[in-house]
Amino acid sequence: MNLAIQPERPKPNSASKAKAIIETRDFSFAYGPTQALFDISMDIHKKEVTALIGPSGCGKSTFLRCFNRMNDLIDNTRILSGQIKISGIDIYKRDVDVIELRKHVGMVFQKSNPFPKSIYDNIAYGLRIQGIKRKSELDEVVERCLRGAALWDEVKDRLGDSALGMSGGQQQRLCIARALAVKPKIILMDEPCSALDPVATAKVEELIHGLKTDYTIVIVTHNMQQAARLSDRTAFFYLGKLIEYGPTEQIFMNPENPKTEAYVSGRFG
Amino acid sequence: MQRYFHDELQELRNKLTLLGEKSNDAARLSVESLLEGDLEMVDRVLALDDAIDELEKEIGHACMRYISLRSPVSTDARLILVALKASHDFERVGDEAHTIARKARDILIREGRLSEPLKFKEMSRLSSNLLNDAITCFVEEDIEKAEAVIKMDQEIDALNKHHYEILTAETMQKQLSDASRFDAVLISKSIERIGDHAKNLAKEVIYLLKGN
Ligand SMILES: Nc1ncnc2c1ncn2[C@@H]1O[C@H](COP(=O)(O)OP(=O)(O)O)[C@@H](O)[C@H]1O
Ligand SMILES: [Mg+2]
Repeated sequence: MNLAIQPERPKPNSASKAKAIIETRDFSFAYGPTQALFDISMDIHKKEVTALIGPSGCGKSTFLRCFNRMNDLIDNTRILSGQIKISGIDIYKRDVDVIELRKHVGMVFQKSNPFPKSIYDNIAYGLRIQGIKRKSELDEVVERCLRGAALWDEVKDRLGDSALGMSGGQQQRLCIARALAVKPKIILMDEPCSALDPVATAKVEELIHGLKTDYTIVIVTHNMQQAARLSDRTAFFYLGKLIEYGPTEQIFMNPENPKTEAYVSGRFG
Repeated sequence: MQRYFHDELQELRNKLTLLGEKSNDAARLSVESLLEGDLEMVDRVLALDDAIDELEKEIGHACMRYISLRSPVSTDARLILVALKASHDFERVGDEAHTIARKARDILIREGRLSEPLKFKEMSRLSSNLLNDAITCFVEEDIEKAEAVIKMDQEIDALNKHHYEILTAETMQKQLSDASRFDAVLISKSIERIGDHAKNLAKEVIYLLKGN
């Protein structure tokens, strides 16, 4: 007789190679003379939510920005060693088209930054730049993205209104919708909820949870409860080093490293 | 707002209900095996114990996980506490069933069928119904039923006392060996404890629903 019923949810796949969409190896990075990341090696898995946690200044945002080469925009940044592969391609190779990379790897920031345009145009803008002009096609993508960001029902009757009139939580979900427009595979989020109230935060978390059926999400959060609730895997950074990385359940229930234990139980940071 | 992880609480409730039902099955069958003189059934009851212990552990892990990852408050936090206590009660019911089955085997081997006018059948029916009601009041969130369970437990206590008196009386000493009378007292005590666990569960349900 077998009384055991299914575990709470599927364990994150441990056959890491097969599901890795981002592979980072011995990656070290510096802002001018200051090294910010030290020999980071970790795989990020397809269609999972991966959380990067750690005290302020430990390098979470820096690491996140490396995945779509946002750090290229900052002067004097250097890769000291190692590589990052996305879908098998070394993204720092000379012949990589950074614009294409950023379509593939979208980003959502802490402070929602809608354009001072209508809700509709916030999403259609990027598509028009890409040369998509047909109204019916634009309509379709706008609806798909707003639905994808769980925003459609709230805004479908006022698509022409300015995005700046929306609540903070709606603006953030609009930015997520905008990121979806170019059909990325990966969405990077840097503290996407820290400027939101609890209800809006819950809505964005629900959205992120739903998005992982189609997208790979990497989220930086200062909120450990959020990482615990939302992510399949968690990486703990400290002083530019990756201290521990594993299934979220392990990191929060039984971490191996005493530093991780101290951090997740709120003893420092 | 219903959150995606609230499903996990429903799963926890389901698991707890399953554990309750399995431990109740074990308890009921253990007494039945004695009354029917069925040694095969004794073995089946004894075999249930590991699965029951395993399920209790699973529930403990699920609670620990929910506390670690979901930061439960209010009703959700109380549910976790109740799940931990109730699963322990159920596991203990399983242990009592195990004890009854072992004593039943000893008695059956020693005496053949037990022909004495003891009220095990009635007592077992009561404790089983009580446990069943306690599980139902948990599932249906029924405070009135929970309060009824707490009261009804007294009937089982009375039967246990009755057994103790009969089994220690002089007339009985001639009909049943000392060892079997002693075993029968212990079986009665075990059934009485099963009623206590049902009562505990009912109290836990009231705590869950009322918050005090
Ligand atoms: N644009 C920048 N120029 C120079 N140093 C920077 C810049 N951004 C971040 N840093 C430094 O890199 C380190 C990591 O910062 P950051 O990645 O923002 O950490 P976190 O996101 O974990 O708070 C810090 O010491 C910070 O001062
Ligand atoms: Mg940061």
